[in-house]
Amino acid sequence: MNKTVNQKAWFLVLPVLVLVAFSAVIPLMTVVNYSVQDTFGGQFFPLDDKLLWFREMLQDDRMWGALWRQLTFSGIILAIEIPLGIYIALNMPKSGFWASFCLVVMSLPLLIPWNVVGTIWQIFGRVDIGLLGYTLNKLGIDYNYTQDVFAAWVTVIVMDVWHWTSLVALLAYAGLQSIPNAYYQAAKIDQASRWAVFRYIELPKMAGVLMIAILLRFMDSFMIYTEPFVVTGGGPGSATTFLSIDLVKMALGQFDLGPAAAFSIMYFLVILLISWVFYTVMTNLDKRDGV
Amino acid sequence: MSETTVQAPAALSQGEASVARRRAPRVNRSAIVMGLYLLFLMLPIYWLLNMSLKTNTEIVSSFSLWPQNLTFQNYVKIFTDESWYIGYINSLIYVVMNTAISLAVALPAAYAFSRYSFMGDKHLFFWLLTNRMAPPAVFALPFFQLYSSVGLFDTHIAVALAHCLFNVPLAVWILEGFMRGVPKEIDETAYLDGYSFGKFFVKIFMPLISSGIGVAAFFCFMFSWVELLLSRTLTTVDAKPIAAIMTRTQGAAGIDWGVLAAAGVLTIVPGALVIYFVRNYIAKGFALGRV
Repeated sequence: MNKTVNQKAWFLVLPVLVLVAFSAVIPLMTVVNYSVQDTFGGQFFPLDDKLLWFREMLQDDRMWGALWRQLTFSGIILAIEIPLGIYIALNMPKSGFWASFCLVVMSLPLLIPWNVVGTIWQIFGRVDIGLLGYTLNKLGIDYNYTQDVFAAWVTVIVMDVWHWTSLVALLAYAGLQSIPNAYYQAAKIDQASRWAVFRYIELPKMAGVLMIAILLRFMDSFMIYTEPFVVTGGGPGSATTFLSIDLVKMALGQFDLGPAAAFSIMYFLVILLISWVFYTVMTNLDKRDGV
Repeated sequence: MSETTVQAPAALSQGEASVARRRAPRVNRSAIVMGLYLLFLMLPIYWLLNMSLKTNTEIVSSFSLWPQNLTFQNYVKIFTDESWYIGYINSLIYVVMNTAISLAVALPAAYAFSRYSFMGDKHLFFWLLTNRMAPPAVFALPFFQLYSSVGLFDTHIAVALAHCLFNVPLAVWILEGFMRGVPKEIDETAYLDGYSFGKFFVKIFMPLISSGIGVAAFFCFMFSWVELLLSRTLTTVDAKPIAAIMTRTQGAAGIDWGVLAAAGVLTIVPGALVIYFVRNYIAKGFALGRV
């Protein structure tokens, strides 16, 4: 659509600007402010070396450890949830009662408060009272997410798959619904294989919404805090301490404001950078569709 | 494909019939895949429900797939103890406030982004989106200080405003997608007919994108309802959300599993109700109007 140039449109954007400035810019400036100061007994002192906390954090093994765990986690859940979500969407009923039924049940995990999601899996995985932990142990599989690192990781990943695959599936489903029937008829005339139909009709049509799915899942998994915190508390040891958990521990637990602020800023920048790449790809896709 | 055969049974050629016969097992496989997936989604929730209907002694002492001594005592406790049920009221108050504020500021802004090009519009749009990407953990402490200093700490409006951080950008994004689908000629005709901007927007434009508004409201409700980190940081007594009150069950005498499970089940109910009402828009809604 051709847009008219109109600078007065700024007035329409103004309320959003004021609100977001209040709830985002001021806090962000506070964080920047902390990152270059030292705190002692509630008093702030400017640092002589402005970048001290940044350098310190960059040399801190703890932060790198959390960052690698975070990247591994986000990578694994994207690798599972995106293909699984597409697969589920392809298998969903196209219309009728069962389609509505599937939609409602699938949306359910998305609307459960995150700490309740954590509680559900904490209980579900417990070896004494949880169905999953109890069954696995009865089957002779040694499973205890509070002590075993591998079990803790599996629990956290399965929980995330349980929680969010539906979002990917629903997005992919919306993409599939928009494909006109004529496309499938044409494919049938050409005797296209199932794979060819997927590769050349369904996948390109889903590309736009899949980018949204990847973007949302990446951002949210990168900020994940509540669910793993409730289930494992970041443990055993620091095996499931992701970036946000580590940050909250540092800022609100130990009150190391300076280093925590420097950590925050770098954390934010990493998310921003990766999301910018996704966003650029996405708007280019949008443009190509528009032509 | 099955749809075309249903629509034109008379025109069913031999080739089509054989394809339909070959496809028949695939429908069953889809049903199995969906069945397994829905089972995977429902099992943990069922387990929570199961536990909420048991007494604590039964939970700890025996393991059973369904309650042996059915009890509603856990629910009675929540509904009769004000310190419990007030949490649901608090949560609902700030969620509704947040949804109203987010939509009110996002509507004009989304209109501006979808209709006009103005100085810095693309940068502004991406900057808005970056706030959706900001990890709440980064903002927890500055928010605490900001809202304390303006005297809003422990009020519903504080949480509502804080949640605008991620809900306003999302609402703008969704609404912009829906508004792009409305032809610009409608605006121009209305202005020619002598409508003022305000009258046109409320009387003509908003009804046209009502499903988009519904979807945006759904998403605002959802993300505000499930968030815990910020709402917990910004409240102590008066506006404490249910999710934070749930942590109370970990008392000196161990965890009160039955009440914890019952509280968890009750947090799922509002979400389930909202899903039920918007079930026909879910698929399109999850694609943020972009299909």
